[in-house]
Amino acid sequence: MHPRARISWPRLGLALAACLAAAMATGTPANAQQKVLRAVLHADVRVLDPIWTTQTIANIHGMLVYDTLFGNDAGMQPKPQMVDTYDITEDKLVYTFTLRDKLKFHDGSPVTTKDVVASLERWGKKDGVGIRLFSFVDKLEAVDDKTFRMTLKKPYGMVLESLGKTNSSVAVIMRAQDAATDPQQQVKEAIGSGPFKFAKDEWVPGSKAVYVKNADYPSRPSSEKAESFAGSKFPGVDRIELVWISDPQTAMSALINGEIDFYENPNIDFYPILEKARGVKLMRTGTLDSTHGMIRLNHLHPPFNNVKGRQAMYYLINQENFLRAIVGDPKYYRICHGLITCGSPLGNDGGSHWFKEYNPKKALQLLKEAGYNGEPITVLAATDHATITPATQVLIQAMREAGINVDAQSMDWGSVVSRRAKKEPPAQGGWNIFVTTTGGVGSANPVLHTWLGAACDKGLFGWPCDAEVEKLRSDYAFALKDEEKAKIARDLQTRAMEQVVYIPFGQWDQMLAYRADRLEGIVPNTGLVVLWNITKK
Amino acid sequence: MTAYILRRLLATIPVMVVVAVFVFFLLRLAPGDPAAIIAGEDATAEQIAAVRGKLGLDRPILEQFVVWVAGMLQGDFGTSIFSNLPVGRLILQRLEPTVSLTLSTLLVAVCFAIPLGVLAAWKARRLVDRLVMGFAVMGFAMPVFLVGYVLIYVFAVRLGWLPVQGYRPLAEGLWPWAECLILPSLALGITYMALIARITRASMLEVLAQDYIRTADSKGLATRRVLLLHALKNASVPIVTVIGIGIALLISGVVITETVFNIPGLGRLTVDAVLKRDYPIVQGLIIVFAAAKVLVNLVIDISYVFLDPRIRY
Repeated sequence: MHPRARISWPRLGLALAACLAAAMATGTPANAQQKVLRAVLHADVRVLDPIWTTQTIANIHGMLVYDTLFGNDAGMQPKPQMVDTYDITEDKLVYTFTLRDKLKFHDGSPVTTKDVVASLERWGKKDGVGIRLFSFVDKLEAVDDKTFRMTLKKPYGMVLESLGKTNSSVAVIMRAQDAATDPQQQVKEAIGSGPFKFAKDEWVPGSKAVYVKNADYPSRPSSEKAESFAGSKFPGVDRIELVWISDPQTAMSALINGEIDFYENPNIDFYPILEKARGVKLMRTGTLDSTHGMIRLNHLHPPFNNVKGRQAMYYLINQENFLRAIVGDPKYYRICHGLITCGSPLGNDGGSHWFKEYNPKKALQLLKEAGYNGEPITVLAATDHATITPATQVLIQAMREAGINVDAQSMDWGSVVSRRAKKEPPAQGGWNIFVTTTGGVGSANPVLHTWLGAACDKGLFGWPCDAEVEKLRSDYAFALKDEEKAKIARDLQTRAMEQVVYIPFGQWDQMLAYRADRLEGIVPNTGLVVLWNITKK
Repeated sequence: MTAYILRRLLATIPVMVVVAVFVFFLLRLAPGDPAAIIAGEDATAEQIAAVRGKLGLDRPILEQFVVWVAGMLQGDFGTSIFSNLPVGRLILQRLEPTVSLTLSTLLVAVCFAIPLGVLAAWKARRLVDRLVMGFAVMGFAMPVFLVGYVLIYVFAVRLGWLPVQGYRPLAEGLWPWAECLILPSLALGITYMALIARITRASMLEVLAQDYIRTADSKGLATRRVLLLHALKNASVPIVTVIGIGIALLISGVVITETVFNIPGLGRLTVDAVLKRDYPIVQGLIIVFAAAKVLVNLVIDISYVFLDPRIRY
């Protein structure tokens, strides 16, 4: 017999099992006892400066790390957050604000009015609403460490709404040294006074962003009802991990399997599966629909430099066709023939008569009357967007049905975003039409809804140009009474529809999905997800 | 041999230069503008132009190229346009998941495919052979994402044995690391199993027809010994070549697998950077991938010397 020892299989098995157990034991995470909220949002955090970019995800990051002077409630009324008390003079020209006690940045330094003034000035140089507000500001000064004063040149009615607005760049308060950064350059640190501290050392761009509870955050009293960005606000969990899962199928499976707790924007196709999944709930994000569809025409080039040519396009729009292609289930969409969000306080039917008829033949006839002779109409067709791609295809089909010569240029959304900024004629790299969406909250206010503007060269892509529209937007900003505001909103929408600032193709709601067996206290909000106040069982 | 290795390493320099020139200029020719993405939905053309100016993207392309190459020569891959973090750091953060996935996939593929290929060759034109080749055809035909979704549904969602997604570093423990890699490795490995199994079978069939194998059989050697020691060793050169090609193919394969299983590796970093037009990241990654491919080829070439003593450099 060979002298070599024989293998004992039972002993080997036991040894392997012991190794495996040891390996599993070493895998216990250090933060196992902490309450961790794992959330998948619509995008990953790549930019830390919410003023430098208008990306929604940068604003969500900003609202966790930084605090704001005011926060709008569900009715879009501004309510104090960092501000304790404020006073407005009778002539509406001088606003005096006093900050709350115990406001501290994450580095331990106190929040002073010097920080507030520097932050607002930076925001006022970059953000559209901020620029507009500051065009009426005569002086912004610190009275003392806790009190600051804003003096206006004339009584602008949107001061508090602008400070509390949540679409595009939010007016967050940074440290004065960070706010001194050129607004065209990114602030390198993310040190705010908000409910969560950003753990920069754990940040893996494109994968994970981590936020830890700010134990020093002076929460607003729980007696104030938490509503959108207003009212009670506190860090409800020890740690928030924003995990970026780019594949929606995988994100849905991870939620069902309990690997994540919160999924901001599941695909509409997945709603029936999520409705049946154990422990998972779908939730409406607010009282307004989250998304508003828009077809933007280029006013600089034929045939859409002629108002008749633009109006012709209304005859190609049957919103039901768009919404069925994008959403499918009527439970989640709404026909809306207005430019101001339907269902919002200012939503109205001004100009809705343009949608009374779907008639491709008439569309072509009107286009011909506007001078169209069968030249190719360049449509920027995004190929990689969940909603814009199908909406563009519906539009192209309607245009072809009318006999319009469509030059559909397929490209990824990043290329559309780049190309739509070109003012050259379509044959030289420009464009005639692109499709996009905007948020329901921003679109509910004529001033905050920047796509409603018609400021010619200074406006957004498509460059609509109409002095009357701009005058009405300005009038709205100075209106002080609700009835006056409602009348101006109606007149504005009527005029903007007549000029075809853009063509709406309906609105729909994006549900969020979460583990109802683990989470409590979610504050619904349309547009910008609210992650504070959530507690974990 | 040392001279050969040095020659091969020197030959990588012109390769890398060509890659650098191509990747830089092709990226600039492609449509898309990071400034427009950064500036956001509501930015005017003037605001986009301002962002472009601050990022230095309005400078002449040649000037941008010289700045990038000068940085590269000093080991600086540049800074991400979006996150403002060094590209080198971003690549290092993502290296471990991709290397882990690549190695585990290779391990799975080689461990299953070579025995299956040998078995198929030994039992050529019989039922076992047909089953193995049927599996190989299926492995080629099924897209990775489909296999991935099926595995997730069965083993994670229905049975709950393994996680749906994510990656845990090896430093957190062997099992947490391994459990995240099992399903992705299987999903990605099936194609390579099919490829390696087919090549192993073909190569083995050729060797098994040789006279010396007949001689080994005739002198009464055990079948296992004939197959593994005499036949497989001599059939190994094409198999190793295919494994080498497989490593290069894996680099593209991990892009989909990392997306489906949400593994924060280099593949996902590449896709995200391309979609966001984050030029410095894409440039840095292409250089790293090119260098990896050149090195893998070199290692494979060197391994031939050990597998076949007739080969000399």
